[in-house]
Amino acid sequence: MDLGPYLLFASLEGLVHAAVLSLIALGLSLVFGVMRIVNVAHGEFFMLGAILAWWVSSFVLGNPALGFLLALLVAPIIAGIIAMFSDWLILKHLKYDPEATIIATIGILYIIQQAALMTFGPDARPVEQPFNVRLDLYWFGFSAYKFFVIFASIILLLSVWLVMAKTKFGLLLRATQLDSETAQAFGIPISTVYSLVFGAGAAIAAVGAVLIVPIQQAHYLMGGEPLLLAFIVVIIGGLGSLRGTVAAAVLIGMSDGIISVFFSPTLAKILATLLVVFVLLIRPNGLFGTAKV
Amino acid sequence: MKKNFKNNITRRKLMKGVAAAGSIAAMPGFVRYSQAASSSPIKIGFQVHRTGIGAAYGRWYDRTTQAAVKILNDAGGVNGRPIEIVAEDDGTDPKRGAEALEKFANQHNCDVAFGTLFSHVVIGSAPRAGELKLPYFVVSEGHHVASGMLNRYTLQPGITDVKSQVQAMAPFVKENVGKKVTMIYPDFAFGHDHRDYFSAAFEAQGGEIVGKVPIPPTESSFSKYFPKIPRDTEVIYHVMVGPAVLTFVKELGEFYGSKSPKLFGFIDSLEAVDLNTPGLEFLDGSYFWEGNPRYAQANQTEHDKFYRNAVGVDANGASVSDPKDVSTYAHMFGCWETLHIIKKGMEESGYAGPGDRAKLIEAVESMSNMPLSQAHPQGAKIFNGKTHQTFGHQYITKMTNGKLVLAHTTSIEDTFYPDEVDYTKQSF
Repeated sequence: MDLGPYLLFASLEGLVHAAVLSLIALGLSLVFGVMRIVNVAHGEFFMLGAILAWWVSSFVLGNPALGFLLALLVAPIIAGIIAMFSDWLILKHLKYDPEATIIATIGILYIIQQAALMTFGPDARPVEQPFNVRLDLYWFGFSAYKFFVIFASIILLLSVWLVMAKTKFGLLLRATQLDSETAQAFGIPISTVYSLVFGAGAAIAAVGAVLIVPIQQAHYLMGGEPLLLAFIVVIIGGLGSLRGTVAAAVLIGMSDGIISVFFSPTLAKILATLLVVFVLLIRPNGLFGTAKV
Repeated sequence: MKKNFKNNITRRKLMKGVAAAGSIAAMPGFVRYSQAASSSPIKIGFQVHRTGIGAAYGRWYDRTTQAAVKILNDAGGVNGRPIEIVAEDDGTDPKRGAEALEKFANQHNCDVAFGTLFSHVVIGSAPRAGELKLPYFVVSEGHHVASGMLNRYTLQPGITDVKSQVQAMAPFVKENVGKKVTMIYPDFAFGHDHRDYFSAAFEAQGGEIVGKVPIPPTESSFSKYFPKIPRDTEVIYHVMVGPAVLTFVKELGEFYGSKSPKLFGFIDSLEAVDLNTPGLEFLDGSYFWEGNPRYAQANQTEHDKFYRNAVGVDANGASVSDPKDVSTYAHMFGCWETLHIIKKGMEESGYAGPGDRAKLIEAVESMSNMPLSQAHPQGAKIFNGKTHQTFGHQYITKMTNGKLVLAHTTSIEDTFYPDEVDYTKQSF
């Protein structure tokens, strides 16, 4: 393949990757930003979203788009409710102590993973693409659905930003993020906000998963890699920074796509990890992080 | 006073203990074990990929094993002793595989171990089998048995190895598909067998390998590898394993559309996958290696019919109870055949218990011709006792109107290569 189309292909692959990655990382970043806890189980909520998408869409016969739309609606809600439940059952009682919650979320990770294995089995589950259109770009073909993934992610990211910046709920979140004690003094129901944020973080990751399953497949072990990448993205972008998260996701996603295509996927992961090291050394708060974080 | 009291209790306890032991010995189950070892079951430890990346294979290896055991037990078991399967999940993980063997030997007192597919699990487990002196019958396809890498306790009598498979494929690919091949394979032992032995055999035929694309076994998306396929490629040789195989094939179709080089694939890339899944239409006309044809063919033997029926597989290679549950038909016959071989070996060696494990291995090593029969429904085989590896027919099918139709059957001789090891010279 010539360099031009090669680069185009690599960039498109990278963009799809970046789109989904930014959703996963956004969930992680939101939870850290507001609650100041590291959610190690985040990848499992992503996995739950994917498996639930398969489960929900398998009930809908006929046009695959109907099943997909239903999954897009239902899977994130269920994943969010499960997250809120684990917050209510476990994290709340640990008083969101940073160290204790890391251990607790590792436990949640295994519980969700094994529960998914026991409930839905060990097989990789395919979800049919809502529309099966192949765009022939002369040098190579590209699924039209992948463009939809990029588009849908942008819409979702914009709406999260709108909620954070323009709504009252967003104001409560930002107040809690800035100073939770003062926020509580002003009558903001902190524990409700925490619970909602934890649920929303999981739900956003689950949306990313629903978008990706028609391309990949749902599998109970799929949560590991995105978790790692999401951490890389969040560290580079600055924990708790929405803008930084998206910028870092595009950086990592694009470089992963391009380096994978031109060299090897392993090299892409090595370079991403190296970048984390440099960011931590030179800008410990991340590219967009504030000094407070 | 206190001491005296304690003594009394001790004596009573002792008597109670004696009585209890007596009554346990009198229970029917225990009588059978203590009186007649000959009627106790033969325990076969079944190392099964219930979870992890090999789960689809594990599910069908399990069903095939249960079906074979039922057939064997209904026919009187091994020398009148029933076979009992002790299944242990290895998580498709080498470390857990070795632990499973340990459990078989030390906790369950299994007579032999059997069943593993994935090559990294076999390679991780076999040394432990040698240390435990536990005969380990694998159903893996890897060349590591016949290469001399493992030990005298590890045998592969029920399924052919990759080296012989690809060697038999090479002439067909060159004559009927194309001369410039790019290989796509998983980046671990099994894939390396394909890379090394197919390229050697294909170049010996005068063909050319123009590209090699290894893919990490945990990869979940594949498009990014396809630009590495050189443009002058005439044939893409693909062999993938793991839960993401469907994604792999779909993305291949997406990338090339109708402008694809010709395809020659090992059915591993689509084991347990419904070939009529949307997005796979581009496979029509492409060739596949199959260890055993998934679709019942026009020349189906009575033995395949019997075996298919016993395991519960329909004419399309799916479960009779769920047409979406597609089997791993090209591989799982190995479990059926291996169990029949274990039974034969035990009967020929007069196997009575773990003390006779060496005799069992010697009996299997002395086997050679295995004719097409109910015990060998995939076809006739020739077992090489020195290399612990069996050799047999290979099938090439062509995707035609959504079904795989037999295009070529190789001879057993096509699969032969010179011995690389003589395990019979190793001591037990």
